[in-house]
Amino acid sequence: MSKKDEDGDYNPYASIDKSAVVQEARQAFNETTINPRRCNLVLNKLLFLLYSGEPLGTTEATETFFAITKLFQCKNITIRRLVYLAIKELAKVANDVIIVTSSLTKDMTAKEDMYRPAAIRALCRITDSTMLQGIERYMKQAIVDRNPAVSSAALVSSLHLLGSNQDIIKRWVNEITEALNGKTLMAQYHALGLLYHIKQRDRLAVTKLVTSQTKGSLRSSLAYCNLIRYAVGSMQDDPALYNELLQFLDLCLRHKSELVVYEAARAICSLKNVTNKDIIPALSVMQLFLTAPKSIMRFAAVRTLSQVANRYPTAVAVTNIELENLIQDSNRSIATLAITTLLKTGREASVDRLMTQITPFMSEISDEFKIVVIDAIRTLCLKFPQKHIVVLDFLSAVFRDDGSFEYKKAIVDTITSIIHEIPAAREIALNHLAEFVEDCEHPALSARALHMLGRLAPQSSFPSRYVRIIYNRVVLESPIVRAAAVSSLAKFAVSPNSSNLAPMIIALLSRCLHDTDDEVRDRAAFYLRVLSSDEAHVKSFIMSDLPYSITALERSLVDYLKNPSATPFNLKTVPLQAPSAKPEFSKADIMAGVVPSSAAVAGSAAALAAAGGIAAVGGAAGINLSAAQQQDRNAARLAAHPELGQLGPLFRSSKPTPLTEAETEYVVSCTRHIFSRAVVFEYELTNTLNDQLLEDVKVQLDCPDGFIVRKVIPAKSLPYGKPAFSYVVVELPQDPKIVSGTFSNTLKFLVKDCDPNTGEPDDEQGYPDEYLVEDVELQVSDQVVPIEFPDFAAAWNALPQDSEVSDTFELASMKSLEEAVSTVIGFLGLFSCGRPQPNASKSAQALQLSGVFRGGDQVLVNAKLLFKGPGEGVAMQLTVRSSNLQTSEIIASAVG
Amino acid sequence: MSLRSAVVVVVAFASLASIKAVLTLDNDGERVLCRYFDPAWMASVKEQRAFEKSLFTKTYRAASDIIMLEGVTCVYKSSVDLFFYVIGAPDENELLLSFALNTYFDALAQMLRNQVEKRVVMENFDVVALALDELVDGGIILEADPAVIVQHVAVRNNDEVPIAEQSISQALQTAKEQLSRSFLK
Repeated sequence: MSKKDEDGDYNPYASIDKSAVVQEARQAFNETTINPRRCNLVLNKLLFLLYSGEPLGTTEATETFFAITKLFQCKNITIRRLVYLAIKELAKVANDVIIVTSSLTKDMTAKEDMYRPAAIRALCRITDSTMLQGIERYMKQAIVDRNPAVSSAALVSSLHLLGSNQDIIKRWVNEITEALNGKTLMAQYHALGLLYHIKQRDRLAVTKLVTSQTKGSLRSSLAYCNLIRYAVGSMQDDPALYNELLQFLDLCLRHKSELVVYEAARAICSLKNVTNKDIIPALSVMQLFLTAPKSIMRFAAVRTLSQVANRYPTAVAVTNIELENLIQDSNRSIATLAITTLLKTGREASVDRLMTQITPFMSEISDEFKIVVIDAIRTLCLKFPQKHIVVLDFLSAVFRDDGSFEYKKAIVDTITSIIHEIPAAREIALNHLAEFVEDCEHPALSARALHMLGRLAPQSSFPSRYVRIIYNRVVLESPIVRAAAVSSLAKFAVSPNSSNLAPMIIALLSRCLHDTDDEVRDRAAFYLRVLSSDEAHVKSFIMSDLPYSITALERSLVDYLKNPSATPFNLKTVPLQAPSAKPEFSKADIMAGVVPSSAAVAGSAAALAAAGGIAAVGGAAGINLSAAQQQDRNAARLAAHPELGQLGPLFRSSKPTPLTEAETEYVVSCTRHIFSRAVVFEYELTNTLNDQLLEDVKVQLDCPDGFIVRKVIPAKSLPYGKPAFSYVVVELPQDPKIVSGTFSNTLKFLVKDCDPNTGEPDDEQGYPDEYLVEDVELQVSDQVVPIEFPDFAAAWNALPQDSEVSDTFELASMKSLEEAVSTVIGFLGLFSCGRPQPNASKSAQALQLSGVFRGGDQVLVNAKLLFKGPGEGVAMQLTVRSSNLQTSEIIASAVG
Repeated sequence: MSLRSAVVVVVAFASLASIKAVLTLDNDGERVLCRYFDPAWMASVKEQRAFEKSLFTKTYRAASDIIMLEGVTCVYKSSVDLFFYVIGAPDENELLLSFALNTYFDALAQMLRNQVEKRVVMENFDVVALALDELVDGGIILEADPAVIVQHVAVRNNDEVPIAEQSISQALQTAKEQLSRSFLK
């Protein structure tokens, strides 16, 4: 025996060469008398080559393909089967593959059972619609063939071909149904799938299929799994079937196959509105799985539980004992999922114990899983705010360990959201943040932490402590961090709580003027200059961020440069950006598990998928459009319609308001885009009737007095299921006091009946029709952008006193102070400075609201609310100041 | 709109094509037989190789049989110097994937007389490739019973190795294996 053979790493294809194989194939296959053994070896090499991903050029592939067709003369069965495999692979690249159609058709109908199934599958790989009609008769026969392999091959091939050949395959429903009711397990599975896919557009037919099969006699476990999936679809489509199908799922929990039992249990867990009572049997199954010897079963169960724990923490809590045992599981994925589930289901009392269990565990798992754990800890801390001390201690301990940027970022994110959501934790968290800054190896994270410190540390009890830490960064760190530290220091000088530090800060900043980095020097110089100014409002530049979206500012500047004019660029023409209410995702989102906090991190997607399941994977990207991005999108969409005319820059856009129910024939929603002198009503139209094509769709708008319709832009055509937009431009009244009103809408259009399948209209004529939709309100709040002014009192004093309007209101219908506060904020559409946190015993509440009105006038509101007692409502005194009296009056009139 | 997107979701969820790939790697992470079935996932060979590399480094030492990686679920098992993987969508039933993996492995074990190792697999590449073809077609599980797969693949060849010769080489093989096993004990 050779040496090569013995050492176990023998590979007969190790030195395989593409061109040599192609050459060899041509020679061996073209011989007059075929040598089966030689051909077998060559085919083996060729398949190895194709499967290992070596790309074959079209010419090479075509030549090889033609050589292979010669082998159809050979009767050797293995060779014939390998030929099929090669044909399937080569058909992806080679030309003229249809020449083997007749050979394959012959094999497909031959007597030899070893050929037939594989021949069908190979044939369907090279077939197209026209050829499929030619072999339709054989396919129908094959589906009901007494040989199960032939039947399965025909059914699976039909599934692959279904996409572009719906019409042909639809004609085989009788044969497919026969296969479904037959005795063969695999054919049942394939036939059920095929029938479902043929019928899936017809909801009624699907329902019939599902309900009949749930009572029927399916024997294949795989078919059962799919039936369970279809049943869940039907339950969601048709609530009337809910109870009947839920019973079916319940029955499946007692199926003899684990596969079916698990599929049914996870189906029940995935149901949107399942009650606590109905989910318990499914959770009991999962509980049993948790102690199974097979690790795949444990994994499956713990993964489903970690998903469902977001929604049913108490119901899942019954499995806590099993989950705690799994923390020691040798499969670290299972251990991680167990931990995250426990963090979701745990009670307050068990938090301390859990945290001690996690700490040693963290060093054993990969960074992807660490991020999942950190996210779960964040949720836990927001759920039990009193536990913030243990959580923060834990976070600061794990932060010192080595870890990737994404992992460290997850930790900083978590501390940030704790700072925002749990006021009691703020001082401790800031301390931790300051420690992080001292030993953080990622400049981007340091810069972020410094920014946070700059915003919040001046309000803490010992601002000077932080100044020392931050200044240390200026001495020790890289330019990015130094620049961030300089900006952070400047904030201490202007914050009312720490303004006594201002002389110190100025001294420190003066030293930064000698920094080696341009950015650091520039920032220091800028802040020194601003700090030396006597005007209060200049200092507001230090605290507040630019209230403009950067892209909008850039676009305005580019526009200005395109049309140079004598007047200087006016910042007031730049659309304002509402401050995102909180820098991070809101607490509600996190609690609901909607937002995987590190969603943007592509690298951790896998780990997130493990924790958050389907929802996390799909939902991460699209949902979280910031207000600024939304605004930019709106502006870009409007800019694409030059026929709207010169309206000037877009001030703001409202959220779309639905004007119809979601299930009606035509679905309409309206977005109001506010410009300085005009409003554009944008209607998004959707036609849900597949037998109609609408043309020239426009909205007839009846305006209140003073408003004038300037332009109506119809949607030229509105085919089924494809949304289109129609616009109405309305000029605002000359009288500046009229700013709001109710507009009634009627949809007018031309209907053409059409073929539901092709969408082609049946005739050219069509008839006019109209459709009444709900009214749309133009409100003051549509025309205000909420803007945060960091120093409310200074901004208030800077506005002219004679613009002040004051009034008292009786809000008789309000049942509580909270309700009144949110209603008033809603009416005015302004930003609420400071966090309104009325406690229950307090019956009075002061509100400070700020924003900018259409045209660019600043608006500030001081409101005092007094709760007079149950049934008597709330009294409110409202004082408005703005750049001019008129605007103040408009704002005051919005309430009431 | 909502109606349409709902339909799309159901279709993706209800598809029979539950297997994205079946991979066989050797103990250096090199390809032995890899087939990818989902054209929308890992379309280029470059992506596939990168995925295999990260899959291999994460699994070749771990004493477990399932992992979530780059948004997909992978179940796996090893035998001598080979690693077998079955890969499905992240929301696929894990037991179903494991079921497919076991069917494949059991079929190979029967056909290769329990010598599921690289050398034997390479020598019987045609048999292994045909078994995989009988197991999965375009991502759809075609046959779930290992015995049926063996029956479909085990072809009656008219020009096989002579019986006598075959039995000797097999006897040698078995003896060698048992010897090495007793040494390892």
